[in-house]
Formats: sequence, structure tokens, C-alpha cells
Amino acid sequence: MLRIPCPHCGERDYTEFRYGGDASKPRPAHDERDVRAWHDHVFVFSNPRGPHREYWQHVLGCRQWLILERDTATNAVGTARLARDGAGS
Amino acid sequence: MSERYSALALARHALTGAPWRRAWRRADPRPHYDVVIVGGGGHGLATAYYLAKNHRVTRVAVLERAVIGSGNVGRNTTLVRSNYLLDGNTQFFEHSLRLWEGLSHELNFNVMLSQRGQVVLAHGPAQLDVLARKGNIMRLNGIDAELLDRGEVQRLLPYLDFSAQSRFPIHGGLLQRRAGTVRHDAVAWGYARAASALGVDIIENCEVTGFLRDGDRVTGVETTRGRIGADRTAISVAGHTSQVAALAGLRVPVESHLLQAFVTEPIKPFVDHVISFGAELFYISQSDKGGLVFGGHIDGFNNYTQRGQFPKVQTVAECAVALIPSISRLRLLRHWAGIQDMTPDGSPFIGRTPLRDLYLNGGWCYQGFKATPATGWCFAHTLAHGTEHPLIGHFSLERFLDGNGHDEYGHGNWTYRQ
Repeated sequence: MLRIPCPHCGERDYTEFRYGGDASKPRPAHDERDVRAWHDHVFVFSNPRGPHREYWQHVLGCRQWLILERDTATNAVGTARLARDGAGS
Repeated sequence: MSERYSALALARHALTGAPWRRAWRRADPRPHYDVVIVGGGGHGLATAYYLAKNHRVTRVAVLERAVIGSGNVGRNTTLVRSNYLLDGNTQFFEHSLRLWEGLSHELNFNVMLSQRGQVVLAHGPAQLDVLARKGNIMRLNGIDAELLDRGEVQRLLPYLDFSAQSRFPIHGGLLQRRAGTVRHDAVAWGYARAASALGVDIIENCEVTGFLRDGDRVTGVETTRGRIGADRTAISVAGHTSQVAALAGLRVPVESHLLQAFVTEPIKPFVDHVISFGAELFYISQSDKGGLVFGGHIDGFNNYTQRGQFPKVQTVAECAVALIPSISRLRLLRHWAGIQDMTPDGSPFIGRTPLRDLYLNGGWCYQGFKATPATGWCFAHTLAHGTEHPLIGHFSLERFLDGNGHDEYGHGNWTYRQ
């Protein structure tokens, strides 16, 4: 079972969380007019085999969105921090 | 090279005790090919076969990192069907099913196609309406489909939960009698043997480590067994599409997810059809050895571990028992996971890439195995002619740019993004 260290609630089963995908993609500027920039943001993924920075929401706990470090080749979990403290960075 | 399999050959070997010859040649890489296919799974091998058979392109190499058939072609639940709703999918998967129907003769290799019929269940009137519409679309395309009411489903599948307490009452179903199962390993071996006999080089233990480039043109591959030139290069590496495409500098609309599958201990013949649950993504059939084979959803977050998460095992077991209460005491014999490309609309990519002479086949989501013959057929056409086969025009890599997503279920790709 994947276990996620929530900064508020401690380590919990991943089933308490909702997955939110890649957190390393910067969102284009709001007035960006290039369709390809939005296309790449919405549809294209780096999908690495290895370290991955990703969003999870603790829906059955504190309901905060987190950014978790996880290795996609092994599911080894690193640190989790609150997404609002630095989304997309 | 390879000998023809027949009852006579079987008798001759039985009487003389002569050993059977290797089914396909062990080939060493040559410096240059007309077409190099990266990935020796079902799709890559089928593509090589149809290149040689339909288009007379025989200077073809299939490069496989491990041994052929060690990936998803041997990890799926072996189902074949063509009950699709969306224009484009309907015709493509029907083409595939027709190829399945002749495949054992075509390849002179028994792929053990068993057209036992598939029933998709409806658990409410609205769901039955959707199935009626799908069945009508299939019949308009010349595909067999029969809408069943509750009584007809009960006569066909009396062991399902028809009790008053059932959590998901059965209102009816859609039956495609020509759907069924195939022995999946035989598909890889059959295509490999037939392609090899036509001159295709199948090169195992040969991992691609990079692409050769001449400006925006791809001219071959770097491998662990040296440099191999190619007029055209094809990627067909389900599960690792992103990694191999990245070697060519491409980023693609694919995430890799885990799909788990299960086999119970063997029991006497019981489940005579393929059954799809309508209340969750769950499907079940019985193998020739007697084990019940079933699977469900992907795990839900992208990863490459080939080792599934336990909560999904519980969900799938709950589906199995909700559908067929009498199997609740069966033990699971085996359980495994495959890495599956997931795309934003649940449909694959087959065709050209932004790089000249580099072609991509990937992003198959749940449907790669049943598509094997048609993918090989259409991808071979595309590689031979340099333009997409008419059956795969809607599977373009650039379709999201034009708002042309091809979404069979209308709710995304069954991942966290739906």
C-alpha cells in the first residue's frame, strides 16, 4: 500500500487521497494566446520513469492539496508539502 | 525455413520422434533495413508480418529489449470484441475481429480463438438504452449485436445475481456472439514465426538507446547491439512510449498506469461467455485450464512498478462477488500488473510524428490486445506508403490541437482525470 506523509495528519493510506497528476508543469500565463502552449499544458506529460512531483488532495483528512515527491519506478515516497506554499515550483 | 504445422506433420514427428525446428530464426542485426520496428510485442510483430505479407517490404527488423512477448501481449486478459460505438472505432475494431477470425489459418499457428460471445450488462433502464443505441450502431455497420432483456440474460447466464437483494439489479445486456478470447502468447509466437519465414529479422535482447538524426529526419537507431540504419523507424512499445519517444526528443500525450489482472484456481466449466459488469469496470471469462480470468480499473496514479496496489484487488473481488455470488470462496491463484499507456481521450496514436520517417504506435489504454491484427495491418500500410491507412486517420498524434479528441465513452480515459 502506498502511504503518503500528510504534513497535517501524518502518514496515511493513499486511498484517503485523490490523485491530481504532474505538479511540475507550469501553467501558461492567463492571457497566453498560443494554442500549442495550452495544448501542451493540458494534454502532454513528461511521464518520467523515476522521480515525479505530483499533486494529491487529502479528501478524507485535512482536504489540503499536497505536492508529493514519488519515484514512479519504485513507488518510493519522499516528502510532501502543502501545494499552496509553492505550486508549480 | 520453418516447417508447416499440420496433422500430418504432427503424426510424422510423433512416429519418428524428430525434434521440432525452431519456430523463428535467431537473427543478428544488419547495418541497414527498410523498416526498423522498436518493440517485439504483439503490435510490433504483427506490423512486421503485414509489411512483408501485404506490402512486400521484407528488409524489416523487430528490435526487442528482452524476449518477444514478454510485455503486455502476455499480460492482458485475452479478450477480443468489436462492440464499439464511435464512428472510426466501430470499423477499426471490426476489421480487427475479422482478422482474428482468420488468423490461425493465415499464420498456420493455432491462436485458439474461442468465439464464446460477450455480454455487456445494463443495471438500469438508461444504461440499457445506451446499449440499444450501441447495438443499433453495430448492426448498421454489419456487426452482430443482440439486445437481451433480463429474462434472456437470466436464461443465458443463470449464475449471475438475480436475487431481490442484488446490489446492482440486472435489467438486460448486449450480446456480441462473435466476441471471445484468444490464446495471447500464441499471437506473439504466431506472428513472429510467420514474419520470420517471410524474411523479417527478429532481434531479441537489443535495447534501443537513441535515435540517429539527420536534421528533422530519423535515420535509424542506436542500440545495445550497435547502430542500425533505417529508411523508416517505428515505435511500438506500449507502456514505455514516453521513454522511447523522449529518446527522439518527443513529448507525447501519454501517462503510464498499472492495470492488474487475476486468475482463480481452476474449476469445472462454469462461465461460458465473456461478461462485462455494467456497474463498474470489471470483466470476467474462464480460461481453457478452468481458472476464472478477470480484471478491472487501473490503479489510478502513473507508475512503472508492474506491482499493483492492494485496494484495487479488494475492489475487483467485490465486483466479482457482486456479479457472481457463488464464486466468493474461490482462491486467487495468480495476480499481476501490466504497464499501460493512458491517453487523454482513451484512444491510441498510430501514424506519423513531427519527425520525418519516425512513426508511432502507442497510447492503447485498455484496448491494445484486441487491436493487434488491425494495428499491424494499418501501421504496416502507413509505414509502406508514408501516409495513414484510412481506418486510423482519427488516431493522429496532433488531434487534441484541433479539438478532435476521440472519446468512446465521453468521460475521458478512466484515470484520475475523468
